[in-house]
Amino acid sequence: MSASRSRSAPERALAPAALSPTDPIRMLPRPVVDGHLGHVDRYGPRPAAEARLIDEIDAAGLRGRGGAGFPTATKLRAVASRGRRPVVVANGTEGEPASAKDKVLLGAAPHLVLDGVELVADLLGASEVFLCVDRNWPDVSLAVERARDQRPRTARRRLQVLDAPDRYVAGEETALVHWINGGEAKPTFVPPRPFERGVRGRPTFTSNVETYAQIGLIARFGADWYRALGTTAAPGTTLLTVTGGVAQPGVCEAPGGSSMSSVIAAAGGAVDGVQAVLVGGYFGTWIPGSAVDSVSLDPASLSGYGASLGCGVLAVLGDHVCPLVEVARVARWLAGQNAGQCGPCVHGLPAVADSLEWAVSGNPVTASQIGGLVELVKGRGACKHPDGMARFVESSVRVFGDHLAQHRRHGPCPTHHPVLPVPETGTWR
Amino acid sequence: MSRKLVVNPITCVGHGLCAELLPERITLDPWGYPIIDPTPIPPRLEAHAKRAVASCPTLALLWREAVEAKR
Repeated sequence: MSASRSRSAPERALAPAALSPTDPIRMLPRPVVDGHLGHVDRYGPRPAAEARLIDEIDAAGLRGRGGAGFPTATKLRAVASRGRRPVVVANGTEGEPASAKDKVLLGAAPHLVLDGVELVADLLGASEVFLCVDRNWPDVSLAVERARDQRPRTARRRLQVLDAPDRYVAGEETALVHWINGGEAKPTFVPPRPFERGVRGRPTFTSNVETYAQIGLIARFGADWYRALGTTAAPGTTLLTVTGGVAQPGVCEAPGGSSMSSVIAAAGGAVDGVQAVLVGGYFGTWIPGSAVDSVSLDPASLSGYGASLGCGVLAVLGDHVCPLVEVARVARWLAGQNAGQCGPCVHGLPAVADSLEWAVSGNPVTASQIGGLVELVKGRGACKHPDGMARFVESSVRVFGDHLAQHRRHGPCPTHHPVLPVPETGTWR
Repeated sequence: MSRKLVVNPITCVGHGLCAELLPERITLDPWGYPIIDPTPIPPRLEAHAKRAVASCPTLALLWREAVEAKR
């Protein structure tokens, strides 16, 4: 397969060492590309943006890598059809505490992301271009700014690197647009969506930074090359963050549809068995440990467990961790991350977190009581924050339901080392 | 064409007038915020629905006549 590729395309996105289906997964970070010259040396010069790039992205089957997985070509066409000069936003805020792939990508291959951003901006004729990063990671914004300054100037348009607030929902696209417009980084009521009316009222194309990196590759090497790795439903490669109870937590690039066990093995393997794996971050779904050997990261395989890859996080929970404690910690954190705007979210999410904490401390709380509270918040926010938390809690109750009864019978578990990160967060501006 | 009610949850502060005026389609959650039945509004309820929309103190209840364009 790799032999059929043209000489100029020997490598995958972020993997200076070639990936092949037989030796598919490697951990990042890898040697950082040596400036813009090294980048051009490795990948070749960035091609000019041609109209058929959208068709190529369509044929490649590229989907947004921020979590929602929306088809990128569809979004590009929607913005292009608005008839006003658009704005382009690259989202590298990565508010997901368990995820590191965007930071690693921006640090290791900023030029690839900038290639994609320039291509999209040229394609759409954008007037302004923004790349937003998590303000807690100055190294990342420094790497991006340094890379930007190494590149040849393109006309009058200049990429602005913005240090965005670190709140969980600040990276939601309407929240990010609202913040760029000078407001708080809180979601706004839709419609209008950013593709209709976004930054400065202009149609705004937003996507995750990894999406742009993939566009930078598809523009060079084409859809067929892109599809040479991965499966029909999960073409190309994807960045994954493997964290929790593994020997070497980190970020890897894997072909779409890789087996879950191979990804865990690439992270050094589980250190305490696999009780369950949280797929897709804190809006994600638990895969029980018994299924880990049979699941692949393909939409069809994951949907059998109600899961989707989301932002590409795999968090491994070892056998000796109390899952209810972890679930309650994450639920409390998610409840605290609501934007304080919508009543059902402001009141409902803390109530859900309360019910889980009561269960942890040995009070009689049933799965149906928790489910009833979760049902009350679904679909009732301006953004999908309550729905994401609902999905996480429902999955937790489904997979760890028997722990509710055990806690009721035996009381709280002895304290243990927290596994899932729940960081402090700052302001909304 | 479908006619339905939508609430803007950001502007809604839970006055609850809508549930008084259109109990056929709107109930209140334990915190006093409206839960709206998403099924289309039949002609016989249209006048009541529009009155509920007009009576919302924060203009959070919205009357939508067309299916929203999908991206």
